[in-house]
Amino acid sequence: MATIVVEVMLKPEILDPQGNAVASALPRLGFTFATSVRQGKRFEIEIDGEPTAAQLLEVEKAAEVLLSNPVIETYVVRVEK
Amino acid sequence: MSLDTVAIAQSTPDNKQPFAELGLKPDEYARIKEILGRRPTSSELAMYSVMWSEHCSYKSSKVHLKQFGDKAPKSDALLVGIGENAGVVDVGQGYAVTFKIESHNHPSFVEPYQGAATGVGGIVRDILTMGARPIAVMDPLRFGPADAPDTRRVLPGIVAGIGGYGNCLGLPNIGGEVVFDETYAGNPLVNALCVGVMKHSDIKLAKAAGAGNLVVLFGAKTGGDGIGGVSVLASETFGTGGSTKRPSVQVGDPFVEKILIECSLEIFAEELVVGIQDLGGAGLSCATSELASGGSGGMKVALDKVPLRDPSLSPEEILMSESQERMCAIVEPHKLARFLEICKKWDVTVTAIGEVTDGDRLEITWNGEIIVDVPPRTVAHEGPVYNRPMEQPAYINEVNSQKVSVPIPHTATEIKAAVLKLAAAPNLADKSWVTSQYDKYVQGNTIQSQPDDSGMVRIDEKTHLGVAISTDANANWSYLNPYQGAKLALAEAARNIATAGARPLAVTNCLNFGSPEDPGVMWQFAETVRGLADGCLEMGLPVTGGNVSFYNQTGAIAILPTPVIGVLGVIQDVRTRTPMSFNSAGLDLYLLGQTHEDLAGSEWAFLHGERVGQSPTADLSAEMRLIELLLAGHGMQLFSAAHDLSQGGLSAGLTEMVLRHSIGARIVLKSAGIELLSESPGRVIVAIETGRAQSLVDLASEHQIMLTKIGSTGGDSLTINESVISLNELRTAHTSTFPKLFG
Repeated sequence: MATIVVEVMLKPEILDPQGNAVASALPRLGFTFATSVRQGKRFEIEIDGEPTAAQLLEVEKAAEVLLSNPVIETYVVRVEK
Repeated sequence: MSLDTVAIAQSTPDNKQPFAELGLKPDEYARIKEILGRRPTSSELAMYSVMWSEHCSYKSSKVHLKQFGDKAPKSDALLVGIGENAGVVDVGQGYAVTFKIESHNHPSFVEPYQGAATGVGGIVRDILTMGARPIAVMDPLRFGPADAPDTRRVLPGIVAGIGGYGNCLGLPNIGGEVVFDETYAGNPLVNALCVGVMKHSDIKLAKAAGAGNLVVLFGAKTGGDGIGGVSVLASETFGTGGSTKRPSVQVGDPFVEKILIECSLEIFAEELVVGIQDLGGAGLSCATSELASGGSGGMKVALDKVPLRDPSLSPEEILMSESQERMCAIVEPHKLARFLEICKKWDVTVTAIGEVTDGDRLEITWNGEIIVDVPPRTVAHEGPVYNRPMEQPAYINEVNSQKVSVPIPHTATEIKAAVLKLAAAPNLADKSWVTSQYDKYVQGNTIQSQPDDSGMVRIDEKTHLGVAISTDANANWSYLNPYQGAKLALAEAARNIATAGARPLAVTNCLNFGSPEDPGVMWQFAETVRGLADGCLEMGLPVTGGNVSFYNQTGAIAILPTPVIGVLGVIQDVRTRTPMSFNSAGLDLYLLGQTHEDLAGSEWAFLHGERVGQSPTADLSAEMRLIELLLAGHGMQLFSAAHDLSQGGLSAGLTEMVLRHSIGARIVLKSAGIELLSESPGRVIVAIETGRAQSLVDLASEHQIMLTKIGSTGGDSLTINESVISLNELRTAHTSTFPKLFG
């Protein structure tokens, strides 16, 4: 069994209101380390056995069509052992 | 990319520039060179290209839009007319109301949610900029066929975007339209209207007066969003030396906008600004050049002081960025400290980026080097003006000479089937699926919203003074006859306000058309403007402003000419308004106005794939008499209900009335088929108590409006002659269309 992880982030030039909200909440709670926060989402997709190249291509496709909004977001697909 | 300064532009006159990629024509580029006496710097080129785009310069429409001024009726109500961010009307008791409608069509197709959301944000800032507190929004929408796969992507996204942004701002959404037609597939129309209220003395204008005053940018930081979104031919190759390719999609943050509204209103209340402008299409290019050109002198701006979200932005990109939730104010130096204090309180980023000068140039520097040095009027107001060729398209004679041939129901079974078919038609079906995603009642002043004829909000909680607004368009009629179509849409919007008892006062419009480079489309546009200007003159309603959206087409297919007309009216006491439906049995139902065989451009013809024949001819003097009758009846509190008849005719009107409070009606008609389906303009159904018939007869004869008794209220069915349609059956047909299509 393997886990395919798809991470989706807003493109760097796109405004991220959620990330901004987190960034401004941190110092209020005493955390002063952050200069900027960007928030994304992560999908963990379980499959049987080791993923084949064809399967990864399928996941890429799904990431493009469903998991991300390619107009404003980018995604990364990788396999986690 | 190395910095292109004025000095460099002077020493390298022959450098090739990507003007064509930025949407400028060779002669426009030549004119910029002539104005400046040298080649423009890349920053100047960016500014001119966005400001001279169709969207900002109105270069194809200007020659026609003049008519709104030339034919303007005398009106004491108009406080600020066309040319400012939005028109302002006097509604009495010291109140002024500002309202405007704008399109956000193209961005909403690319990214439905954000496109629609930022459309709402933009129009709200326009209203705020006038010094008013925004109090309500409305959204007329048009999509491809309801069952088309792409409509299933676009519609839910757009509706969610409008709801998401408007709800977060705490603004009630009080109406609009949802219409489907195949010409909108690939080019949906998202028009957004906002209305705001203020005291007369609070009106603010976009001008930068007084040398030494400061140019202050406040609100969100500037990022790389929407660069070139305003330019039709946004170039992908622009700034190839830059970092990543910039998206032409803007993402909004409604919570920042909400804070910006409150912060701005506090700043206005303390009279801390001389002039103000929001940053919408064309961003800083637009705001700086319009403010400077609206004032007396020049302006100096240090562009490197603009707070950035993305430090890799080039000066050209900063000038073109359409990052949302930004405002630009002109502030006297001694008031700056207080201005900064208020911004700090609201946690709003604020920076003085320049000052007003007594020269006549707009000068922009980047780290001390001059990158823009232009006469501001040439950017903002003296762009190219085209008298584009126009020609009546061939289809007009062809469709006008044909007769509509659709089956007319006769038997009881056929009539029932027709009423149910119209009740369920996507264009007429219950729109709760859409409007229930909007907050209609927030702020507690909403008196009417969907599915009422118009939206109505209270503006004074003591006197109960209120305003009503309706937006209407009938693109089928405009297709058959754009001149009449515009007049008919105006009449319908005015009527929709009068049914509730509000007096129409002023007009705004959003004119959605195909490519102005197509002589046929240009003719449709010119005829529409002529019709609207003539109609407004005849009805005594001034146009306070509006918006033109061209290039709405997919390939060679232009959308139907779609002039969305918004009319605003005033009602002295909202508690007295006439509701759109009856909530008791035993009332008499009358039809005001005359029914002809008007099937051309009707919903019934549309459902049968017919778009031929001649549109009705608008009789505006009859419309005005009908409006006066409605207002007089409202004054006497004569009507238990009044409902406008438009798309779907009497059939749709009755369906909406009986379902509203689940009280049926018995209707008797001579030739039921035609009378139910015809969409003759200038008609209203009213319900009155039996004993008050004589008052209605008197009113109708006084105003020379035809009056026909059509039935009475009661029962649990809509009965038309021998045809009995139970309310349950009718409700199922009417309410299941949207959930079935969109889940």
